[in-house]
Amino acid sequence: MEKKNKTLRNLFIILVYTFLYLPIVILVVFSFNASKMNIVFTHFTFEWYAKLFQNKDLLEAFRNTMIIAVVSTAVSTVIGTMSAVVLQKYDFKGKDLVNKLIYIPIVIPEIVLGIALLSVYTLFHLNLGMFTLILSHIAFSIPFVITSVRSTLTQLSPTYEQAAYDLGAGKIRTFFDVTLPLIMPGVISGGTLAFTLSLDDVVISYFTAGPGSNTLPLKIYSMIKTGITPDVNALSSLMLLVVIIVLVSITYIQSKSIQKRGKV
Amino acid sequence: MNRKKAFQIIVTLPVVVYSLLLILIPIVYVLFLSFLKSDSFGGIEYQFTLENYLMIFDIIYIKILLKSFIIGLLTTFICICISYPFSIFLMDKSETKRNLLIKLVMIPFLTNSLIRTYGWIVLLRKSGVVNTTLSSLNLIDKPLNLMYNNLGIIIGMVYTLLPFMILPVYSAVSKIDARVIDAAKDLGANKIKRFIHIIVPETLAGVFNGSLMVFIPAIGYFFISDILGGGKIMIVGNLIKNQFLTARNWPFGAAISIFLIVFTFLLIRIYKKIGGKLDELGGL
Repeated sequence: MEKKNKTLRNLFIILVYTFLYLPIVILVVFSFNASKMNIVFTHFTFEWYAKLFQNKDLLEAFRNTMIIAVVSTAVSTVIGTMSAVVLQKYDFKGKDLVNKLIYIPIVIPEIVLGIALLSVYTLFHLNLGMFTLILSHIAFSIPFVITSVRSTLTQLSPTYEQAAYDLGAGKIRTFFDVTLPLIMPGVISGGTLAFTLSLDDVVISYFTAGPGSNTLPLKIYSMIKTGITPDVNALSSLMLLVVIIVLVSITYIQSKSIQKRGKV
Repeated sequence: MNRKKAFQIIVTLPVVVYSLLLILIPIVYVLFLSFLKSDSFGGIEYQFTLENYLMIFDIIYIKILLKSFIIGLLTTFICICISYPFSIFLMDKSETKRNLLIKLVMIPFLTNSLIRTYGWIVLLRKSGVVNTTLSSLNLIDKPLNLMYNNLGIIIGMVYTLLPFMILPVYSAVSKIDARVIDAAKDLGANKIKRFIHIIVPETLAGVFNGSLMVFIPAIGYFFISDILGGGKIMIVGNLIKNQFLTARNWPFGAAISIFLIVFTFLLIRIYKKIGGKLDELGGL
């Protein structure tokens, strides 16, 4: 009875993973398919991976997506980390309001933030394009970085910083030599989250991209209606590979840093 | 002292500027827009009106709202039904295994969600993988209509949003003290009783957290209803999108957006009442 129960439980877990991974497996499999239609698997080929590097539109969309993701992640990680520290340490007028405002991008439907940003860009006569895309991605990423950093910050004992001050280190030195290394796991996971959210964003980009600036998700969105060619599958498979490599290395670094802290 | 003050102002400035410029002003401007009249050329007339809000109660729009809410609720319900047993069953595993399995839940949604949604087209369409497999096994005579309908949308929504339910539910379930469950077992409580009297109350905030992170996007993700609903089915997300990009009635689109914001804030209030923390929302 116990044993049968266990098999059923494992079966359920396997089913959930099948559901989560099935579309991805399909995507990867069809990136090696000779037929142009993503319907039946004819035979194995690397053709689409080669073709990918000739598809200028797709490569440009990919390049834009990477630029936006890198710039918006860098900016939002720096501002988000700073904000989390400032909001914890200092009191200032309107802090309560700021504390409430930063949750808004996390909780309201993305589409609402998208149209709100589009509206103010129009109000201020900003031309829609790479700049507005980057600005919008920064806008929705910062709150995720703040919450992520804040969660490590609240667990941090104030004795470390106190010790640094007692030893004569200034505020800035203490921050960079003591606080920052200790909250690094939160900074890294916040940054990773910002990066992946940016890479994948459809909704907000849809409203804040101009006619001349295409991102990869937007390009794929427009292709879905006419039919997706397997070179898109190939690009997505490559990106998946990169994501997995990045994720594995971050896990490795984090587990190292936990070990290191354990030794101190 | 002055230098200290100046330093404080400089480091505080970014977060203040950000939250005013990129959050407060845009939302307030949408609120302002929602009370303006639209002219027939897609422009705005600077004249106060409540018309946009009254228009939401038009039967066509009420139907779209209701449909979105039903799709959102069904998606949320299905996600809860998957996440509870999944999290509880996972507790049998060792901690290292569990951490790895939870990471595996996250990997799919680090890849492009559109391309994954497209993967569902390949699976679900009439000549798709599911239908061809079923008919080659002689289980069906005619291909099933698995997409371009409500079913397709719900499959797509559940798929895209499931990790947002699994993570908070799992984190709540894993915090339950195993001794409490053992004690209940010893006192003769069966599985169902243990679930209702221990697991549910202990995980309520986690489930509500997940429900918010599933339900709210589900009413706005226009791309899923576009792709898997075949463009025939409108949810609130499509409605807002159309008002801003095709119909070009910004004030009406703004009014629906404000309606959604107010609705979201109400849900957040409930979440806080039952002991949920804002910092845990969207924390992955």
